[in-house]
Amino acid sequence: MAAGIKDKVAILGMGCSKFGERWGCGAEELMVEAFDEAMADAGIDVSQLDAAWFSTHYEEINVGKGGLPLSTALRLPNIAVTRVENFCASGSEAFRGAVYAVASGAADIALAVGVEKLKDTGYGGLPGNLGGTLNPQWAANGSAPGNFAQLASAYRAKHGVNRDDLKRAIAHISVKSHDNGARNPKAHLRKPITEEQAINAPLIAEPLGLFDCCGVSDGAAAAIVTTPEIARSLGKEHIVSVKALQLALSNGSESGHNGWDGSYFHTTRIAAAKAYKEAGISKPREQVSMFECHDCFSITELVTMEDLQLSPQGGAITDVMDGFYDAEGAIPCQIDGGLKCFGHPIGASGIRMLYEMYLQLSDRAGERQLASPSIGMTHNLGGAPSSNVAAVCIVGAYD
Amino acid sequence: MAGVTAIGTYVPRLRLLRTAIVEAHKWADPGLAAKARGARSMCNWDEDAITMAVEAARQVVDTCAPQALYLASTTAPFADRQNAGIVSTALNLPEDLATLDIGASQRAGTGALIQALAASGAYDSSLVIASDHRRTKAASPGELNYGDGAVAVVVGNDNTLLDCLATHTTSVDFIDHFRGAGEAFDYDWEERWIRDEGIARIIPPAVGRALDKAGIAAADVAHFIMPCTIRGGAAMVASQAGIPGDAVADNLAEHVGETGTAHPLMMLSARLPQISADEIVVVVGVGQGCDVLVLRAMPALAQHPHRATFAHACAHRVEEGNYQKFLAFNDLVTLERGMRAERDDYKTALTVNYRKRDMLTGLVGGRCSHCGTQQFPRTDVCVNPQCRATHTQQPQPFREARASILTWSADYLTYTADPPSHYGMISFAEGGRFMTDFTDVAVGEIDVGMPVRMVFRIKSFDRSRGFVRYFWKAVPERGEER
Repeated sequence: MAAGIKDKVAILGMGCSKFGERWGCGAEELMVEAFDEAMADAGIDVSQLDAAWFSTHYEEINVGKGGLPLSTALRLPNIAVTRVENFCASGSEAFRGAVYAVASGAADIALAVGVEKLKDTGYGGLPGNLGGTLNPQWAANGSAPGNFAQLASAYRAKHGVNRDDLKRAIAHISVKSHDNGARNPKAHLRKPITEEQAINAPLIAEPLGLFDCCGVSDGAAAAIVTTPEIARSLGKEHIVSVKALQLALSNGSESGHNGWDGSYFHTTRIAAAKAYKEAGISKPREQVSMFECHDCFSITELVTMEDLQLSPQGGAITDVMDGFYDAEGAIPCQIDGGLKCFGHPIGASGIRMLYEMYLQLSDRAGERQLASPSIGMTHNLGGAPSSNVAAVCIVGAYD
Repeated sequence: MAGVTAIGTYVPRLRLLRTAIVEAHKWADPGLAAKARGARSMCNWDEDAITMAVEAARQVVDTCAPQALYLASTTAPFADRQNAGIVSTALNLPEDLATLDIGASQRAGTGALIQALAASGAYDSSLVIASDHRRTKAASPGELNYGDGAVAVVVGNDNTLLDCLATHTTSVDFIDHFRGAGEAFDYDWEERWIRDEGIARIIPPAVGRALDKAGIAAADVAHFIMPCTIRGGAAMVASQAGIPGDAVADNLAEHVGETGTAHPLMMLSARLPQISADEIVVVVGVGQGCDVLVLRAMPALAQHPHRATFAHACAHRVEEGNYQKFLAFNDLVTLERGMRAERDDYKTALTVNYRKRDMLTGLVGGRCSHCGTQQFPRTDVCVNPQCRATHTQQPQPFREARASILTWSADYLTYTADPPSHYGMISFAEGGRFMTDFTDVAVGEIDVGMPVRMVFRIKSFDRSRGFVRYFWKAVPERGEER
């Protein structure tokens, strides 16, 4: 395995717009909102940026293709801007581009911005994707909730879980995220809910109800990265550095070869194992202080806890019901409300997750500040359980 | 002697109760109350003349190696793109095949059969399929009388179930109804005139001439098969032709309805269990004149599994009491489908559709010649992570492969004409898997591990361009379909 990027890159500044139904804003205004905060946090001038990576998922309903929407909205000084797209993991992909640029020495300071303007479609939920010219002629007639809901059918069959117990556990997951989101002024959904509300909500895709689904939000997030040495020379204290950044993509074996049982994310397991190795983490359940996982749906969060080796296989329901992942639990999860309540502007979400880990590690998370976290992890997933992109990033205090 | 060597029947699962139709319309037409009996077959939203033709034909196609395929229908979805060609591709038939669409009259089904019999010298084996999904105006007699269905018949010279002794066709431009080119619905004339001036005058002499050609006395006809929605119409013809009254076959109004060009053959398939060796069967197709076939039952019929084809086709029927669903499925009401339905309004890449025709229409995947792994779709690189051999895959049909459900959901968010949208991953017992739509399922009916079989259905409609997209879907294996 390659030497990796552990501690080669530091976060110099971050910013995040308010997420939500931002009827009065387009993607351009959201980008500026996140960028201004990140630049103020970094304490640099725009002329110090060497290169930028830009993530959006939907181009049709958003800002179109290419890097120009970012360079134009921010009036960047004619630097390189690369647009990246990797489904809902696009934000992590933008961050990866900026981090790799710094780690390689090609850039001293690099910018990553993710944005998504979803509320210009005329209806709730995500727009459908055709996925090319062949896929629509044979792919099943599905939606995101229906694709992820299928995890529940396989997880129940594999572990012998009855529907009521599963519904209760995934309800607890959503209740926890709503409690956390209520304490986050930038979150889209800020009202606490009860388990009964979640369990009895209208069905979206069996067995997922309304409260098992994340918010569909407008928003942007930005990160400015550099080397720890430059960060220190710029006066940065309490430096947060990148410990690992791994990506794993499906190759069609889950969706086309009779091996995978449908109850877990093959890619997340691979990306997590590589990330732990890169970061030097051998006992994740003991060493990870907190994490943001890709809780697009409550069932995704449940199985991901096992895929990240934080809960034993088949043990996530017990951990969830024991409060292991609650704000006061051993490993708080979605302390900012997660995709569920902070919201899910697709291209921004991977960077939004890092924003919360960065705030927590910098002791700047306000009302939701955890006591002395040292290692934060993000898990950002794009696609569907049978075919997807899994990104795992680990950040922590730079010694 | 040329004759019928196999017969397969398909009737959609749904049966619309006529009480539901009458309930909806009796405020305007109280007289309909007398017709509130029984049920008619009703296509699911994703069925049409082509999909039903495929389902009927797949029951018989493996018994023969057809050199010709005739598709009879007056409701084929394409006016200019050969519908028979879609059916033959779905059946994985070789491209060296004579295919032909026959339509424009209710006797197209019997007409196709007569043509196949006439060509039996040129072709050892022919596949004749008749299939119809007739759209009718709400509250019209057709809405109550008609049904949807398809029948496939194999014509050959050896191992016949029914030998053809003679045929006769009479052509008369008698317009009991018509549908102009591009028009959505039929225009019907008065039933009394049709009965007295059309049926009574045109058909009995034609039956007589056919029996004369065959050298059969009318009194020796044991089974008289003639579709007619006018009460007593077939019995009247039989009587005038000298055929015994007990020979008149049931017109299947009680549970199916009249299935258009398929109906003479549908009635024949339903009658098969009652037909004994050496008995004479007369089949009549009516429309601007009539076709008459005189058939003799052969000993092979007695033990043949296709005797039960009609019963099997009806074994899993489900009563539908929601008339509104019938209107929706047949596009008879302007529905708010929601913005998500706009997703289907895309141009189909015909280049891709052609390149992948065995995959999309024929459900042909691949089998790696290196490791033996079956996979769908067929690609250049084997999907088996332990193999990854390149350019090793041989075509592998999945049409008749048995599979079971690995994962599933019932999705209330995505657009479908019949919510919720059921779909999930299915795994084939011999290898291969993919995510697929389920059809003909009710909420709460499916679960992990349930065996399924594949059926050819409409994938979606491109309403802007008038294109219909087809693919295969999974249905629960309920047994006895074959």
